[in-house]
Amino acid sequence: MFNILKNRLDQGYRTTGYPNEKINLPSSYRGRPRINRHAPAEVIAECAAACPQDAIDISGKLIDMGRCVFCGTCEHISKGEFISFTQDFEISVSEKKHLLTDGGLPALAEHSKQHFKKLFGRSLQLRQVSAGGCNACEADLNVLATPFFDLARFGINFVASPRHADGIVVTGPVSKNMKTALLKTFEATASPKVVIAVGSCALTGGPFRGSPEIAEGLDSILPVDLFIPGCPPHPLTNLHALLTFFK
Amino acid sequence: MKTDFLQISNGEAIGREKIPHLSFDNFYRNALSIIRVGGKVVHYFAFSDKGKIKLMAVLRKDTLKVASCDAPDVYPSMTSQCEPFHMFEREIAEQYAIRPEGHPWLKMVRYHANFLNRQDVFGNDYTRDIPGNFDYYAVEGQEVHEVAVGPVHAGVIEPGHFRFNCIGERVLNLEIQLGYQHRGVEKMLPGVAPKRLPVIVEGIAGDTAVGYGLCMSQAVEALSSLQADPGAQIIRTIALELERIANHVGDLGALSGDVAFLPPANYFGRMRGDFLNMTLLICGNRFGKGLVRPGGTRFALTEEIRKALNERISELTPQVKHVINLLLTNSSVQSRFDDCGAVTKADAEKLGLVGPAGRACGLPYDVRRCFPTGHYGQLNIPENAKPTGDVHARATVRGEEILQSLEIITTLLSAPVKTRSIENRKLSLAPSSFVVTLNEAWRGELSHCILTDADGAILRYKVKDPSFHNWNGLSMALRDTEISDFPLNNKSFNLSYCGVDL
Ligand code: SF4
Ligand code: SF4
Repeated sequence: MFNILKNRLDQGYRTTGYPNEKINLPSSYRGRPRINRHAPAEVIAECAAACPQDAIDISGKLIDMGRCVFCGTCEHISKGEFISFTQDFEISVSEKKHLLTDGGLPALAEHSKQHFKKLFGRSLQLRQVSAGGCNACEADLNVLATPFFDLARFGINFVASPRHADGIVVTGPVSKNMKTALLKTFEATASPKVVIAVGSCALTGGPFRGSPEIAEGLDSILPVDLFIPGCPPHPLTNLHALLTFFK
Repeated sequence: MKTDFLQISNGEAIGREKIPHLSFDNFYRNALSIIRVGGKVVHYFAFSDKGKIKLMAVLRKDTLKVASCDAPDVYPSMTSQCEPFHMFEREIAEQYAIRPEGHPWLKMVRYHANFLNRQDVFGNDYTRDIPGNFDYYAVEGQEVHEVAVGPVHAGVIEPGHFRFNCIGERVLNLEIQLGYQHRGVEKMLPGVAPKRLPVIVEGIAGDTAVGYGLCMSQAVEALSSLQADPGAQIIRTIALELERIANHVGDLGALSGDVAFLPPANYFGRMRGDFLNMTLLICGNRFGKGLVRPGGTRFALTEEIRKALNERISELTPQVKHVINLLLTNSSVQSRFDDCGAVTKADAEKLGLVGPAGRACGLPYDVRRCFPTGHYGQLNIPENAKPTGDVHARATVRGEEILQSLEIITTLLSAPVKTRSIENRKLSLAPSSFVVTLNEAWRGELSHCILTDADGAILRYKVKDPSFHNWNGLSMALRDTEISDFPLNNKSFNLSYCGVDL
């Protein structure tokens, strides 16, 4: 017993004050991209050629955050001249077209569906479906339950059954072998319901784009309300998206 | 022992013409004789070369050994005589439609059409959805009942199907069927643009991204005569050990939660995040994605970061120690962990268990000590085997490994680390060559093989996650265990679904 109490004191209070307090992520973190539209054409072309995800649109000078895995290769080789990454982790969008960006993003709060706020603003129960991902997206959703993020204090929980859920959160590129299970989970969720796509895989197929065993984007299978980019998205990106979209 | 297999080294490329190409009978006899005296299967796979299907095996005992042979359409199963081949023969049957005659449980591994459009061994029609044309192992008897769990599980975890045959609460048999996460990685890798290779490989199992990046990078380095400088080797070691700590810490927390002892569950949960954030500090990604690349690392370790890491490690080390102690000395925890889901050493040997799961059963094998690469040759990795094979042993092994890894990192961070960060570069791989790389990832022996063709293009990329060996260990642990102890056992192994499903 003494040991338990001693450890409790040792550990202290750890929950973040976000969203009321700002959190600064370290400069190594790569969040919202900043694009220099005046970068020389050959630098842009070099970045596009090196990008493992073919996420750079040369003519529009845009970056597709749905494909991007935030590896930072483009930033490295252009020495930040074309693309650099800010530490802004608030990068989710409600319409897929907004993933293709020049660095600016529409305010998520204004684009969220007002009836969702009314329905789910006080209590949001979500069922997670992992559909072909690498388990990193799942892991960084799971941490929202740990004391630092403490998702439950906002009335948001991950639940065990779709019958108890207001929506599904999907990770992974929807492998053929998971498609049926995903659709059944979706059907079993009571309407009205939301669909949230988390991670490059669920947005566009991610690293596995081109494989015949997967779908290239959850939105080709189900109507998606919220797109959360990253490989995987930082837990704060997930938290920001859930709070801004539903609260 | 005399064998026709060729002795090779971890991470050393050799010309394919040097690999003994045996007759099937000779291949079969040699492989069995190595395994019978305590050898283990690292790889056993098929590949197609100029229209011919061949088999290749990499075995280990004190050394690594390789040989190949032409694949017959049908061959007598080795599994029936030697268990460690079980999953490998099923995988070969699924990928290349070669039937091991007399295999005791010939069933698909992942449910997909074979790579060559040959007639399917299992009689499946893959335009039809899962489940395919297969049965589950069933125990018969009036009192016996079945419990089916998954693919979608209750928590935020990966999908897989568990089929229990029980009598009352007692589990007689657990069969685990995976494949739901199958993304077609091995079929994809040979043809893919080289710049995509690292990102795909790191996406096979994200909780082991550093381990995967390392196996791939070392293989490519060997094939292109590149070398990572000593500084980069140190950063790789720090990252691999941080990955180990983060996962072990998280799992000890989950184990604690499963026996309803909530303080360590919460503390470990928070501290796991602290370790992931250290990896983020090094490379910008909490899982180390994008860090390890052929030729070195994409991020150097600045003095500022080294100092910050040092501070965090020295702050966290006593906390971690205290919480491990809190968990493992608590009597109600002990009473749940002790004797729960025990796997005997003899069974572990037959199943070929690796990593902490194997060490908990008394098998001391650790790639870092037995086949060290990079900086590991300079480290002193202690033997860490436990005799009991139960949840308690698995938790203890993991707890001790956390402390060892903390020590390794502390030592490596004590002096400035010099390297230059590298970017993806154009690579030309040696033609007609072969390399195998092994690393001790946090779950155990992770291994990749690359075979190149006459033009230096990737002919076959073979991946083996440690979980490929260990899932059957979980089944074995559940025998005669109460079904209510499944979550506890599952977390004590915490195996990878996507690493197996590929
Ligand atoms: S950060 Fe994104 S856009 Fe840049 S190279 Fe990596 S994947 Fe491509
Ligand atoms: S988006 Fe990246 S982190 Fe998420 S499941 Fe896909 S590969 Fe893994």
